[in-house]
Amino acid sequence: MSILIDKDTRVLVQGITGREGLFHASQMLDYGTQVVAGVTPGKGGDWVLDGKVPVFDTVERALAATGANCSVLFVPAKFAGDAMLEAGDAGVPLVICITEGVPIQDMMKVRRYLDQEGVRLVGPNCPGLLTPGESKAGIIPGRIADLGSIGVVSRSGTLTYEVLYALQQAGLGVTTCVGIGGDPISGTRFTDALQMFEDDHHTEAVVMIGEIGGEEEERAADFISSSMTKPVVAFIAGQSAPPGKRMGHAGAIIEAGSGKAADKVAALQSAGVSVAENPEAIPELLN
Amino acid sequence: MRLHEYQSKQLFAKQGVPIPRGEVAETPAQVRAIAEKLGGAVAVKSQVLVGGRGKAGGIRLAKSPEEAEQLAAGIFELEINGLPVRKILVDEAAEISTEIYLGVTNDRTQGSPVLIASAEGGVEIEEVARTHPDKIARAWVDPLIGLRDYQARNLAAAMELPRQHWSEFSQMARGLFDTYWNSDATLAEINPLVITRQDQLLALDGKIVIDDNALYRHPELEQLRDLDEEAPSEREARGLGLSYVKLEGNIGCMVNGAGLAMATMDVIKGLGGEPANFLDIGGGAAAEKVAAAIQIILADPEVNSMMFNIFGGITRCDEVARGILMGLEQVPREVYLVTRLVGTNEELGRKILADAKMDTASSLVEAAEMVIEAAKMGVTE
Repeated sequence: MSILIDKDTRVLVQGITGREGLFHASQMLDYGTQVVAGVTPGKGGDWVLDGKVPVFDTVERALAATGANCSVLFVPAKFAGDAMLEAGDAGVPLVICITEGVPIQDMMKVRRYLDQEGVRLVGPNCPGLLTPGESKAGIIPGRIADLGSIGVVSRSGTLTYEVLYALQQAGLGVTTCVGIGGDPISGTRFTDALQMFEDDHHTEAVVMIGEIGGEEEERAADFISSSMTKPVVAFIAGQSAPPGKRMGHAGAIIEAGSGKAADKVAALQSAGVSVAENPEAIPELLN
Repeated sequence: MRLHEYQSKQLFAKQGVPIPRGEVAETPAQVRAIAEKLGGAVAVKSQVLVGGRGKAGGIRLAKSPEEAEQLAAGIFELEINGLPVRKILVDEAAEISTEIYLGVTNDRTQGSPVLIASAEGGVEIEEVARTHPDKIARAWVDPLIGLRDYQARNLAAAMELPRQHWSEFSQMARGLFDTYWNSDATLAEINPLVITRQDQLLALDGKIVIDDNALYRHPELEQLRDLDEEAPSEREARGLGLSYVKLEGNIGCMVNGAGLAMATMDVIKGLGGEPANFLDIGGGAAAEKVAAAIQIILADPEVNSMMFNIFGGITRCDEVARGILMGLEQVPREVYLVTRLVGTNEELGRKILADAKMDTASSLVEAAEMVIEAAKMGVTE
């Protein structure tokens, strides 16, 4: 079992005829994901990936024809805000934005609007979702995770892969891996994912990978101590990061004295979370 | 991207926010000329993109044009937190009776702009937040609706601002918010916003930070960029699509992915080493990009060893290994290097590096230990 996506999820890829969109759509198909449609305005009527996936001009038409219930976006940053709104307005209940570099103002509007419409947004600037053996909606390499009982939620990309790989090496499987993304303003937050894992009967423990910037890890700590029964193991990246410098991710910055790794570690530890010293140490803390 | 005080105040003024009369100078003689034109006392203010200008002696009050010129000569010689002073703003001095803080930024948790006001102006708002959290009033702005008039009034009321100033204050709040919103800023602040002895409201100092990801829709703001804001190596890296931050240590790091790059630095630091930089080569790392990254790392003379940490998901380890060899060939310096390759085609990648007599490691901790050892010995083969 899993959260957010499973074998029945019908994925639509927005921006499917772009280089990234096409490559990852093909990777998703190979993994076994039901990629049922693609959308690129102006390319409607084409078929891609050896004629397996039809392309539509609009999300509305793609939905009417295929019944997709999840959209994965590879749309360039300038147009990503509009594409997320298009998906939400067309009735897609789960929108996953992989794109990096979406302006913050666009994200404030999009998140507020999609929240009001009851649409779940994951990302932007995220690797998406993976439910091992069932479905992959995004760019997480499929073979580094096996099905199991650990829920994973992370603000990062390759660091998440590192952790998935460490879990796999230790013989630990995953229910669902949720990449919530490295932007300052994202749709799904740690607290949302933790709630879903707490409610998922097959998830027995959760691994949470945070980093410097913002206060979402502190909010997660509050949530864990008030509302979670399942054990949580965490890793926080950026212990050695200097203040005032943006460390790659738009959201990874210590500013105005807030967002320090040490504060996040302290908050999580006082909520009873085991915090790993390095990503390779996570599996043993789960035992 | 940060804007200077004079640039910020000019943007505020365009939205109807009152600012002191003033002009920017690049020489002490120009400072004098501006002071003569303004008449009376003037504020002589260095324009550098760091905090602590006042403490460093970069902001002075002059009673005459002669004194302004003299003070300016000294200020142009200053280096403030490592930055040279190239421009000085000369403002008409204000007679201050009250100092207020007014700012707007993005609340990450709420996902909306938040207007912040405090009667404790003139000091850093973070300091007020720490010492007098009750003295800070906030108004969250719905991004789909925008600032509402009552919200500005609420702030004025919360600060117990005399009612005679409410209307003027609300207009300033509106002007500040519009500047922030129309320029895709992540921060816009007036600190201090002063009430003068003549009962006028003025934006005495200002600061704006623009969202880099939105600069494409503001070409006029992009032109205001001060190249001193970032180190030349960081600017060069940005141009190549690499994310690089120079640090103080001697162990150069190259990693794919920002989170993993931070974690790699943390592990090195945690084991007693000192990372020289943060460097994310991004996904799909083509050989040319790897080569460019190596050149940027080795341009730092402090670097005496390097660790590359690559997790091959979509990226293929053999391709990265070839990129590393190609990159090293182009750089004259030879320093110790250990590469940790995991993921897609890792055996192939490791073989390529081993054939070239280079150290590889399979775990992050193992690689960090190897490079720290080498860094301590100062190996430069």
